[in-house]
Amino acid sequence: MLAKLYDNFRQDSNQAFDWHDYYLTQAQTLPEGPLKRFYQAGVPALDTKLADSPMLALDLETTGLRSQKDTIVSVGSVTMSTKRVKCASAQYWVVNPGARLSAESITIHELTHSDVEQAPPLSRYFESILEAMAGKVVVVHCAAIERQFLYQAAKKLYGQDLFFPILDTLAIEQKVLKQRSLLKRIFTANTSVRLDACRQRYGLPRYKAHHALTDAFSSAELLQAQIAHHLDADKPLADYWS
Amino acid sequence: MMEVELTEMLDALNQYPPFSEMQEPELIEQMVHEIEIQYVRNGESIIVPNTINEHLYFIRSGAVEVLSTKDQLLRRMEEGELFGYLSLLRDGKVSQEIKAIEDCLFYLIPAHWFKKLYVEYDIFSDFFELIRENRLRTAIEAQNQNSNQDVSLMTCPVKSLLRRPPISIEDDVSIQQAAQRMADKRVSSLLITHEEELVGIVTDRDLRTRVIAKGLSYDESVKVIMTEDPITLDSGDFASEAVMKMMAQNVHHLPITKNGKAIGVISTGDIVQKESHGSMYLISDIFKQQDVSALQAISRKMTHTFTQLVHADANSVMIGNALSRIGTTFIERLLQLAEKKFGPAPIPFCFIALGSQAREEQTISTDQDNAFILSDDYDEEVHGEYFKTLADWLCQSLDQCGYPLCTGDIMASNTLWRQPLSQWKSYFSDWIQNPKPEALLRSSIFFDLRCVYGEQSLARQLTDHIHLQTQQHRRFLSHMSRNANQRKPPLGFFRQFVLDGSGKQSKTFNLKERGIAPIIDIVRVHALACGSRKLNTMERLQDIEAAGILQEGRARDLAMALELISMVRIRHQTEQIDQGLTPNNHVNPEHLSSLERRNLRDAFHVVSRQQEFIKFRYAGERS
Repeated sequence: MLAKLYDNFRQDSNQAFDWHDYYLTQAQTLPEGPLKRFYQAGVPALDTKLADSPMLALDLETTGLRSQKDTIVSVGSVTMSTKRVKCASAQYWVVNPGARLSAESITIHELTHSDVEQAPPLSRYFESILEAMAGKVVVVHCAAIERQFLYQAAKKLYGQDLFFPILDTLAIEQKVLKQRSLLKRIFTANTSVRLDACRQRYGLPRYKAHHALTDAFSSAELLQAQIAHHLDADKPLADYWS
Repeated sequence: MMEVELTEMLDALNQYPPFSEMQEPELIEQMVHEIEIQYVRNGESIIVPNTINEHLYFIRSGAVEVLSTKDQLLRRMEEGELFGYLSLLRDGKVSQEIKAIEDCLFYLIPAHWFKKLYVEYDIFSDFFELIRENRLRTAIEAQNQNSNQDVSLMTCPVKSLLRRPPISIEDDVSIQQAAQRMADKRVSSLLITHEEELVGIVTDRDLRTRVIAKGLSYDESVKVIMTEDPITLDSGDFASEAVMKMMAQNVHHLPITKNGKAIGVISTGDIVQKESHGSMYLISDIFKQQDVSALQAISRKMTHTFTQLVHADANSVMIGNALSRIGTTFIERLLQLAEKKFGPAPIPFCFIALGSQAREEQTISTDQDNAFILSDDYDEEVHGEYFKTLADWLCQSLDQCGYPLCTGDIMASNTLWRQPLSQWKSYFSDWIQNPKPEALLRSSIFFDLRCVYGEQSLARQLTDHIHLQTQQHRRFLSHMSRNANQRKPPLGFFRQFVLDGSGKQSKTFNLKERGIAPIIDIVRVHALACGSRKLNTMERLQDIEAAGILQEGRARDLAMALELISMVRIRHQTEQIDQGLTPNNHVNPEHLSSLERRNLRDAFHVVSRQQEFIKFRYAGERS
């Protein structure tokens, strides 16, 4: 449902959506608060080269996949450029989702009841998360999840919309896979776009999946690999984000 | 915000040295937070000469190649290896190009962390020791700490077996007084002195056989029953000498002297206590056997003796020594039996061992290399048949005892190598004066010769001749040097492969051919040049060092390289034996530990450099 909302939001504003313009409007119209500050920090100009873009790789772990019912349990982030991922900038938040964790989700992200019970609610951290994202392009693997959960969280906390451009490693990978030659498409079995599967195609090491911070690093490295192999770092950022 | 744990990065680093060896987990964790990560595509350069490098690179995945300024391949590196330190140690100035040969992911450790760890932690700085020789030294020291110098009678001095000062009595006493003294002191032997000079020995056995059994009066002088002028041994001799003497003379007690004075007595019991791995038992067993099939049966124990020595942490010199002695003993015993079988030799002869056995560097399962030097009284018509029969029988018997026939036919059974001294001299004169490349490789084995049985003087005269010839025909040394350059050691290892300078990768390599033999060849040339009469490579190196032929420390570097490579070979062969395989020299890098690979690479480097040096050192020699 939210994905549809976002699509509508993009379509309303035409193909060449002007994120710069959107940020300016938001910065002016929003009431004072963390969200206004986020938009005031701006977004890299449309013609910024990919190579020059400040980026933030981000990952969320959630109680489930439905953004309206489920909530965030942990967030990991790390800043990066096309050439470097900086460990020093890594951040990690575990939050109390305010509901029982399902057994199913525990087996995925391995955060237990006691881990999250002690943790503060998302409201305490959301401002820091916005600060980390401010002024940068967010890099995630599978944009829909992060987009929906962060939108939902902002709506709940501030009663306002939160939209931002994303470099989606999954979308990039799908495009790469589609552009492969027919022969390659026929003879290569591995066409999975799961984060780990994508990484293997680029010779990246296996990391333990479903830890928000590790997955943020995983996406960051994957983007570097995709850029090295398939993207043109001298092209404008706007050619690749969505 | 939660505490950030960079587990993936930390675990990866901690898996590999030097981080795996460091005792400061908090420090490394702190460092990990300052790492940067970089992906580089196959074929791209990571560091290029004439730039400034600011990081120590850890290869998280992928592989790289190091190239010299002349684009020559220096090495390949894989997951877990580090590069960039060479430039960091020179203010960041890059001189070698590093290029990705696969898609790579690197963890970049900031220069300031490298410098901090390098300055403050020895384990860390030792790992980056730039001088391979120094690194080799550390490796050998570590190996020596484990190695048991006392493991073998072969190599421990006889005085280490002495447990107390000798019990002695002046020769003016009666048998009973002597026996009383032995009882008081609870000893099984008593030294008899005259004015403190050793004149005899009395043992329990003497009291039994020479006194009681004969009904001799206890009041008789002890002089009547003592063994006069007993065989003694100098305190500096090897314990193995004691065993040889005791067996040869069938005595159970041997006085040990120092500067002519008795300082103690060793008994067979002392030997038994000392000897745990059985190499001495084996030798004494060999002497007891009466025929070839019996010798063949006990030759199977050799593998056991070998593995026992290895497990007792003997070093390569001890093992080489022990196995060579065993090999020599087989020859001695077989020749004793042969002389019984075919009658005594009609003329003096000398049976010589060649190659590794002569150098006392034998390992398990080595071919036989041997020859006969016959006295110049030799007359083909008269004596030919005898020595041919003797040689054929001996070589076949040795084959049955686990010393396979030499594929190159360098054996006494070959008429060419069963010749009178004068013929041997002209062989050597020809090799030395007219060196031909193909003949050189074969003949190098003859330059290591040792008399095993018979007239020592024949071997000595030949050796004198060789040395004289070499001194007179120095050009020969330059040929030998070129010859010593024929077998090149590998550059190092990459993944499961052996890497050559050309970039060629192979699955296995011959550790003897490409590591040990080149060192032996180099050392032989220097030994000939400085007139050393030693045969053992380590002993030759001592002479070479003393002669000042090599730059300070270089002889020691070669010795270390040899010890290191030899031990890898010995461990490799022990593993093969444990797995029920026939031991050989073909090593697969997959079975080497990362430390062994690193040490071998350093050792190979030493060998390559010394090969280069020797070419240049003797290039100008003229006849």
